[in-house]
Amino acid sequence: MALDRKIAYIDLSTGKIETRPIPIEVRKKFLGGRGLDAYLLYNHAPQGCDPLGPDNPLMISGGILTATCASATARTHIMAKSPLTGLLGSANMGGFFAPEMAWAGFHHLVIKGKAKSPVYIWIHNGRIEIRDAAYLWGKSTTETQWAIREELGDEDIKSAVIGQAGEKLVRYANVMTGIKNAAGRTGMGAVMGSKNLKAVAVRGTMDIRIAHPVDALEHNKHFIDGITGAKVNKTQGALGTPFIWGATNSWGGLRNRNFQYNQMEYADDIEPERLDEIATETIGPHHMTGCFGCQVHCRAQYKIPSGPYAGKYDEGPEYTSQGAFGAEPDCRKAETVLAGNHLVNQYGVDNLEIGSMIAWAMELFELGIITTKETDGLDLRFGNDEALLEMVHRICLRKGWLGDVLAEGGIPASEKIGKNSFDYLIQVKGMNNLHSDERGTPGLALNIATASRGSDHLRSRPAIDLYHLPEKVMRKIYSSPVPYDGPLSSEHTDYEGKPWQVFWHQNCYMAVDCLGICKYHTVFLGATLPNFEDWPKVIYYNTGLEFTPVELWEIAERCNNLERLFNLREGLTRNDLKKGDMLNHRYFDEPTRRGAPDVVGRTIDRQKFNKMVDEFYSHCGWDKKGVPTSETMQRLGLNQEPSHLL
Amino acid sequence: MEKVLTVDYQKCTGCRLCELVCSVMHDGISNPARSRIKVVKWEEEGHYVPMICQQCEDAPCKNVCPVGAISRDVDYGFLTIDHTLCIGCRSCVSVCPFGAMNYNQVDKKVFKCDLCGGQPQCVRFCDMKAVDFVAADNMTTIKKRNAATRLFASQKHAAVIQDQI
Repeated sequence: MALDRKIAYIDLSTGKIETRPIPIEVRKKFLGGRGLDAYLLYNHAPQGCDPLGPDNPLMISGGILTATCASATARTHIMAKSPLTGLLGSANMGGFFAPEMAWAGFHHLVIKGKAKSPVYIWIHNGRIEIRDAAYLWGKSTTETQWAIREELGDEDIKSAVIGQAGEKLVRYANVMTGIKNAAGRTGMGAVMGSKNLKAVAVRGTMDIRIAHPVDALEHNKHFIDGITGAKVNKTQGALGTPFIWGATNSWGGLRNRNFQYNQMEYADDIEPERLDEIATETIGPHHMTGCFGCQVHCRAQYKIPSGPYAGKYDEGPEYTSQGAFGAEPDCRKAETVLAGNHLVNQYGVDNLEIGSMIAWAMELFELGIITTKETDGLDLRFGNDEALLEMVHRICLRKGWLGDVLAEGGIPASEKIGKNSFDYLIQVKGMNNLHSDERGTPGLALNIATASRGSDHLRSRPAIDLYHLPEKVMRKIYSSPVPYDGPLSSEHTDYEGKPWQVFWHQNCYMAVDCLGICKYHTVFLGATLPNFEDWPKVIYYNTGLEFTPVELWEIAERCNNLERLFNLREGLTRNDLKKGDMLNHRYFDEPTRRGAPDVVGRTIDRQKFNKMVDEFYSHCGWDKKGVPTSETMQRLGLNQEPSHLL
Repeated sequence: MEKVLTVDYQKCTGCRLCELVCSVMHDGISNPARSRIKVVKWEEEGHYVPMICQQCEDAPCKNVCPVGAISRDVDYGFLTIDHTLCIGCRSCVSVCPFGAMNYNQVDKKVFKCDLCGGQPQCVRFCDMKAVDFVAADNMTTIKKRNAATRLFASQKHAAVIQDQI
């Protein structure tokens, strides 16, 4: 049974390992995955703990459906207090790690303490061992994974590892598995590095009995047909996320030159069709690959066709690499995007954050706030491909003054650089924004401002807002599973109704992360894809647990409130530019300069934005300061937290 | 009409859904260790090859079995194990040249592909059709056409180049 997968507590300081079953009542309140991780974080992280200290607990988990006969249950979730933001740290990756961990007997790991010297954790069919990793220290993410397989003599071992960026405590280092699956955001790799933990390796052949196998199999087929039938997923399966980048760029919703423009000119060489050509030329006509059990297969494979990294194999690039090594630094060569993507995968660093940091430094260089003195002679102007890739090396290895400073993350770097450098940093809660521009889309702006882990699209973005869906369709999606009869607008430039959409998606994505499935299998990019109404069946067939759609909605609300409580406890205040639900002044003051007629010349209206936040808070059951009210705490059964059930 | 399982490994995305549905279909359990099909990977190069039972004509597993527990299904032509006769010596596992005869440590039994009794689930769930179930007398037609297309295209391409010269 999926429900008999256990939780393990591993203390790296003492070497003590304890395993426990996960009680059904905990499952019923928090399901698993990110939701249960939020519960564990709130219960196990001492208030105000140092994110890079031994007290910060690191959670690694699969969802309640992981490795069952449901579609795309590939996601691994990682949580800790973030060394980048000082608030919630939370990141999610695809690949094959979480299913293998489930077959090895575990759904959740809580890793505490700090090992005296580099170690890795080896989990095999219910047994857990802490092993020496001195020989792995300094190795890249893939070298580490292959070396562990070699050492233990099993090619089916899956590992979640850090690269050199994590070892060097780059505050946005990620955790990776496979070639390019990355738990990218909020610096979870630095947390591993701070614990001297190079990798967690798993291998399992333990049965997961399916509660109703015939129904599960048939329903999965039906589910998959719906998912692969959606046009958006067909396109994803052919071009991957670059297709979104291409569409967004042509429309004017991208960040270019940090935040100066919202569209990149002369982008032909990094458009999705060109990247697809390169993949076809270097790999072959069938060059898409996917995560465990997924039929969307949104990831391209490629070899770098030219330049200093010619011939290197990698996967991607995704939207974020096109942003990080294309639009943001205004570099126009596919070769650079592909090389940048390869470097971040090897070093184990968040491509999104590093791209934003370098683009920000480039704007500061352009403005004269930093000069060749700070860059150690590097000509850090926009469009300088070599300087861009050199900065990636310097940040990941903390080389040179600027490399070391940028590795500290946006806000600490702005404090070291001084002057008015902070004004140019496009961040929320200390985390840089996705390489998109939300000035023409108030709903999306509200999403990045209020997302629990800092400026981010995967927590609550109402991305389908851009499709201008008929109101009837909007009503159908957004008034279920709980009724809603307030305003809804199909127009993405409106402010009305957006708070409800953001609230709805916040709950939807939390549910998805608790189940352990991919967001491409829900109402993220495809309006017709499964959501609350569809999941109870999948959960029942696979685990035997019964939920109603409303109960799942409530679980999602509960988990979102736990994340909120954690953030409030660690210092979130509503209008704090560095730790609050607030956007950089440029969103309000600088109109967009390019794009389609419904995008160009736009800013976010400060007053209307504040009204949206008020409304969003009220949907969430929070007061004007963004604090859950006592009724909300009562309703969701959170007034006893921390309750230490696990 | 006899049908055979075929693999076009170039189409495989490496998702391993086939392994999952195989184990669920046969045992009601999710566990790739119970799967009859296995995707072998070269992750650093992006090559994925689904390995299946070839249902060999002159089958080593059948030939080696000391108690005659392996026989051919008359309707679908796959090789099948009679577990009432099987003594669990695993000789068949040793001799199979494809690694397609498996051994399950939990149940202490050998197991192999039985084409799901004529409706292979790996094929049903593979949207790429990297694994396919085709009529035995027709299995190379598509391959021939694809190869012919390549020949045709290269000749056309060569003609264009010759024209340019």
